[in-house]
Amino acid sequence: MSKPVIATTSLAGCFGCHMSLLDIDERILKLIELVEFNKSPVDDIKTFTKAVDIGLIEGGCCNSENVEVLKSFRKNCKILVSVGECAIMGGLPALRNGIPIEECLHEAYVGGPTVQLNKDGIMPNDDELPMLLDRVYPCHEIVKIDYYLPGCPPSADLIWEAVVALVTGDPMKLPYEVVKFD
Amino acid sequence: MKNTVNQIVEKYGSDPTRLMDILIDIQESAGYISKEAIGLLSQLLHMSQVDIEQTITFYHFFSSKPQGKYAVYLNNSPVAYMFGREAIKETLEKETGIKFGEVTADGLIGLYDTACIGMNDQEPAAIINNKIFTRLTPYRIREIVKHMREGKDMDELRNESYGDGKNNLPSLRSMVSSNIRRKGMILSDDYNSGTVTREILPKISPEAVIAEIKHSHMRGRGGAGFPTGLKWEFCRRAKGDKHYVICNADEGEPGTFKDRVILTEKPELVFEGMALAGYAIGGDEGILYLRYEYRYMKNYLYGVLQQMRDNGLLGKSISGIEGFDFDIRIQFGAGAYVCGEESALLESLEGKRGEPRDKPPFPVEKGYLGQPSIINNVETFATAVRIIQNGGEWFTQFGTDDSTGTKILSISGDCMFPGVYEVNWGFNVEDMLDMVGAYEVQAVQVGGPSGTLIGPAEFHRTLGYSDLSTGGSMIIFGKQRNLLKDVVVNFMEFFIDESCGSCSTCRNMTQVMNNKLKKILSGKGVEADLIDLKTWSKTLNASRCGLGQTAANPIVSSLKNFPHLYNELIQKDKEFDEGFDMEKSVQAACTFVGRVPNFNHH
Repeated sequence: MSKPVIATTSLAGCFGCHMSLLDIDERILKLIELVEFNKSPVDDIKTFTKAVDIGLIEGGCCNSENVEVLKSFRKNCKILVSVGECAIMGGLPALRNGIPIEECLHEAYVGGPTVQLNKDGIMPNDDELPMLLDRVYPCHEIVKIDYYLPGCPPSADLIWEAVVALVTGDPMKLPYEVVKFD
Repeated sequence: MKNTVNQIVEKYGSDPTRLMDILIDIQESAGYISKEAIGLLSQLLHMSQVDIEQTITFYHFFSSKPQGKYAVYLNNSPVAYMFGREAIKETLEKETGIKFGEVTADGLIGLYDTACIGMNDQEPAAIINNKIFTRLTPYRIREIVKHMREGKDMDELRNESYGDGKNNLPSLRSMVSSNIRRKGMILSDDYNSGTVTREILPKISPEAVIAEIKHSHMRGRGGAGFPTGLKWEFCRRAKGDKHYVICNADEGEPGTFKDRVILTEKPELVFEGMALAGYAIGGDEGILYLRYEYRYMKNYLYGVLQQMRDNGLLGKSISGIEGFDFDIRIQFGAGAYVCGEESALLESLEGKRGEPRDKPPFPVEKGYLGQPSIINNVETFATAVRIIQNGGEWFTQFGTDDSTGTKILSISGDCMFPGVYEVNWGFNVEDMLDMVGAYEVQAVQVGGPSGTLIGPAEFHRTLGYSDLSTGGSMIIFGKQRNLLKDVVVNFMEFFIDESCGSCSTCRNMTQVMNNKLKKILSGKGVEADLIDLKTWSKTLNASRCGLGQTAANPIVSSLKNFPHLYNELIQKDKEFDEGFDMEKSVQAACTFVGRVPNFNHH
């Protein structure tokens, strides 16, 4: 039987959740025995090449590209997991949600105290660029999400336990230390 | 300005715990609280500027910019909408040429929304410069705006007849109506101020007062229903330099207005009750914490207190009892629902943001300024006087076994005779609806937004602590109302506005759940959304105070008692609907940077 396939992506996130995934240390060797990676920054496969069993999503959606990537994950993965605060609730990027997008752009490119070289007040408007959304959306407001792994980032142990449980079908071990955040 | 601030600070003995009074006086004299004033206060009170600013920003009625010579605060509770608020709002905006939240260019008129101002039986109503204007109509608004433009004073603006009862007294002159429809032991006319203080207290010990209250089985009238006698006993036993009696007249629960009526018609009864409690617990001072919306009663209530002092009912050695020294002062709030929560009220009394405290310790041990304090509702103090006058045994003949005595209900909404009704506990909802002339009733909101929304299937239920507990608010909704859109969303937005922000559950989940509700209302909802709402609502229990724990109740109780309203709206053929519209969500950013949305690229 072929190994279960995993895909991962970082949308509007900081890659911290991916770093936490790498923090499983020597268990990474076991992981490679257990699963095969498809589209993921871990192996640098850019597009889906086969049907995937588990998609791990880091980050929420702040632009049109994030939405498209997330939708392609939903289309290609049997199970989608929101990994970390940004995917689940929008996280730090969502701090802008209380501020109109026009004000955010103005602050970033025109009015901000560190903006000095942009004398003409040029805004990024190339047709190739992703389009910013009016606010940052958590993943479950865009597509159906099956599981949520909380934390900023979720601890390596939590990610490991969750992936192993999904792959083996064994119950997940969740000792208090793994899900406490203070 | 410097002189004014100096004088105000001096008036309150340069005491930082009186910051609320100081800020209210500055706000009223200048129309706002300027940066300059904050700087001065910081020096004079030896407080940091941010400490002062955090109190200012917490309360609705403090402002950092001029509010307009005439500041109009229009109530936005559901009942106001039911009785024509929209037309009032439109007329105000049309006549003044500004939108709500703005001030006219000449600084004359400012328009603001405000949460329930305790006039649900005479909506639409507004507060203009601390005076109440009830039963507004577009005609009246045109007249009022014209008079404002002519620079008329507040009395000229209120050229209408005054309300009933004591609202007509020269010291009150208010157009508010008391609308008392049914009297019981509290609202009864046979009360003579001072009888209990003069004739009974000299004959019985403080312990005997507490024993009598305990015997009556009276429970707190604010809504939580804690046994009053027990609370007083705990406080009496608690050690402290001083003991305080605090009357909670914050009455912020939308739809409640009975405390306003009791304080208008029977203020002596309430103050006598506070003095009685002072006698019982060995209290040194009484404080009436009165919501700022009722500022129009200030001079009237000051007058009543002075009269009671003149009559020897407050002051030193009251009724000749050695050591029975007790006086009452009035502390105004500044617009914050959460200050009705007793520990938030204490914080506010001390001049701080009204954020609830962790409990224990309970206020009976460490309350106002860290001293033992009892905090009771207006109605509780009034009731206590009747109990001591007639005996605890007499009191138990009214009401039911677990809910003795009477309850004053504030009834409003779709009925013939909104107003205040004093009934025995154990009254059932059906009888109540018949009593007030309510027909074709779809739902009744019992106990305000933090209470329960019930439908006809539950109208047989009775009012009492073991069944339908209520602080007194009863809002009736007729068949013609859209419960989810016009009532539940309004109440949720009320809680979102009024969350003190301390606990993430109440601060965030109310927003998240309201967004979900709006998604369902837009037709994008699915079954899973209803399950989410039910599941997520449980997290609210983790909030620190009772208000936070009940902040999702509008959704929880409508989902429980009116599931069909939700089921009608959700899509049956879909398991998941994100309700996400990419074209709409990129529109604003694309327009701002100057590009045409393009969805074919990536």
